[in-house]
Amino acid sequence: MSGLSFILAGMLAAATPFLLAALGELVVERAGVLNLGIEGIMALGAVLAFIVVYHGGGHVAAFGLAALSGVVLALVFGWLALGLRANQVAVGLAVGILGQGLSSLIGNSYESLTITGIPKLALPGLSALPVVGGLFVQDAVVWLTLAATAAIWAMFRFSRLGLILRAVGENPHAARAIGYPVIRLRLWAVMFGGAMSGLAGAYAATVYTPLWADGMIAGRGWIALALVVFGTWLTGRIFFGALLFGAVSLASLVAQTENWAVPSQLLSALPYIVTIVVLGIITSNKRLLKVNGVASLGEPFGP
Amino acid sequence: MSRMIPHLVRRDRASLRMAVLAPLLALAAAIFVNLLVFLAMGKNPAAVFYALLLEPFLGWSSFSEVLLKTGPLLLIAQGLAIGFRAKVFNIGAEGQFILGAIFASAIPVYFPQATGQWIWPAMLLMGALGGALWAVVPAFWRVKLNANEILVTLMMSLIAAQVLNYLLLGPWKDPMGFNFPQSVMFQYDAMIPILLAGTRVNVSLLLALFSVLVAWVYMQRSFGGYQFLVGGLAPKAAAYAGFSESRAIWLSLLIGGFAAGLAGAAEVAGPIGQLQRGISTGYGYAAIIVAYLGGLHPLGILASSLLMAALYIGGDNAMVSADLPIAAVRVFQGSLLVFYLAAITFVRFRLVWPQHKAGAA
Repeated sequence: MSGLSFILAGMLAAATPFLLAALGELVVERAGVLNLGIEGIMALGAVLAFIVVYHGGGHVAAFGLAALSGVVLALVFGWLALGLRANQVAVGLAVGILGQGLSSLIGNSYESLTITGIPKLALPGLSALPVVGGLFVQDAVVWLTLAATAAIWAMFRFSRLGLILRAVGENPHAARAIGYPVIRLRLWAVMFGGAMSGLAGAYAATVYTPLWADGMIAGRGWIALALVVFGTWLTGRIFFGALLFGAVSLASLVAQTENWAVPSQLLSALPYIVTIVVLGIITSNKRLLKVNGVASLGEPFGP
Repeated sequence: MSRMIPHLVRRDRASLRMAVLAPLLALAAAIFVNLLVFLAMGKNPAAVFYALLLEPFLGWSSFSEVLLKTGPLLLIAQGLAIGFRAKVFNIGAEGQFILGAIFASAIPVYFPQATGQWIWPAMLLMGALGGALWAVVPAFWRVKLNANEILVTLMMSLIAAQVLNYLLLGPWKDPMGFNFPQSVMFQYDAMIPILLAGTRVNVSLLLALFSVLVAWVYMQRSFGGYQFLVGGLAPKAAAYAGFSESRAIWLSLLIGGFAAGLAGAAEVAGPIGQLQRGISTGYGYAAIIVAYLGGLHPLGILASSLLMAALYIGGDNAMVSADLPIAAVRVFQGSLLVFYLAAITFVRFRLVWPQHKAGAA
């Protein structure tokens, strides 16, 4: 398989953990809350999902438990950041550290074990195309994630719920004045974000690379956070950003097969370098951030 | 509306009593919850409690190891707290620490035959420069490109880990090292002199203690400290009074990087004695907890760094004596920060139950 068709075929699967987590965080940030704990929430979801599949519980139960664990950590975040109005940056870091600690504690005796992933489903006709055919052979979670992307895009674009969430994020005091329960809506958004991060971790550890290794999330939660900024809080742009990072993270595999004379460490660091560069390019355009940014992001709200 | 839920009312002035009590309450809550977790894991909670929290302080040899770990944590946290107070969130001390260790190691790696008492001080200086250099990127990105320093500092840490791997697997690998990813062992003059005879505690602990004094004078007395305070609390007021936000960002990140780099240098020129993968056991991240737990106050951080260092030593003890996985320490650290952040809410707020409010009105 050539490098290009390899990247096209694998890009969507590689992008899925980024995309799931970033979509969740998009909803959270649109509601005006910044949850930096994604990396740890993903790690906990990953290890729990791995353990369920390892013991024969199946992928559906695994994803369910991962989402639930994400909601639980999100509730810890919500209790501190929304209930007690603590500094959201500090709380996000705390929840992240807790999640990562829990994941390595729980996964201690499963280190380096492997499981089998799930089969890929081909779209008839399209999957037979030359070069791009691999794009249409994906597992069920990838297809569902694409559907979720479309659903979240439509929610913000057309639905009343999307409007209300944006209002809560833009101006919580005004939203409260016209009768919306700001804190409760934000809590729901935070719980949704937690569930999505849990699913992202589950996909990483039970489908994309079906194994458990401590630290295997490897910064993907942080890149998801950066993706929300790259996408300037717009679903479509976040989707393309996730695809870009999916492709970048495949570069090291391509380099190995094509025998590029590049140190493997440089390729491992590539997603992080790209993150820093792209972040600088996007955020230096202050007008872009001003138009699409969330006005009350990260500010504690209390009556 | 749910009438039975108490709500928060802002205090007229911050409660000093709560500010001092908060870390103690958080510690008590973390101990309680974690002992339940250890019990659920089938461990003997009394044995774990003893090994984790008491044993490090019992006996000179284990307490000296606590002091050895206190050094880097104290130094890094003191640097981070200056930024945190100005709302500059440098969470990449781990990477700045690694770069400090790399820069310091360059001297003994390239001049393994060199002798003289200039070597270890030069290594410390190189380390501090390396750490500060690694912080230049996030500072530039924040000031000039408006990019969030949280993400950039973290990404720089992940890159630093790969730089370390590259050096240890490639150009800096010890040719006589049986292919282990580590550098040569450093020569005698590259080692920081021992401070307390019979222990591994070296002179760098004095640097860490000195950082408390510097931070205290800087924060409490100096005009520079006042600038940080205003910049963090009221950016608009600070701008109006002519204080520069970009200067505060540059200073915060450079000081943080400098201190973390110094700690990294002291680690390779101290207890480790070579550059290897395990130079940091998460000091850069643990120092974030140390900084918050110490209330971002120089003296508070002195106390919290001792506690966190004891947890490291206690974790090693508990692994041996109570078969506790080392990851349990990370869970303990994380829950400690969670409970602390909950507890400090009550420095600025007090809880009011609905019926009290009805009575008062």
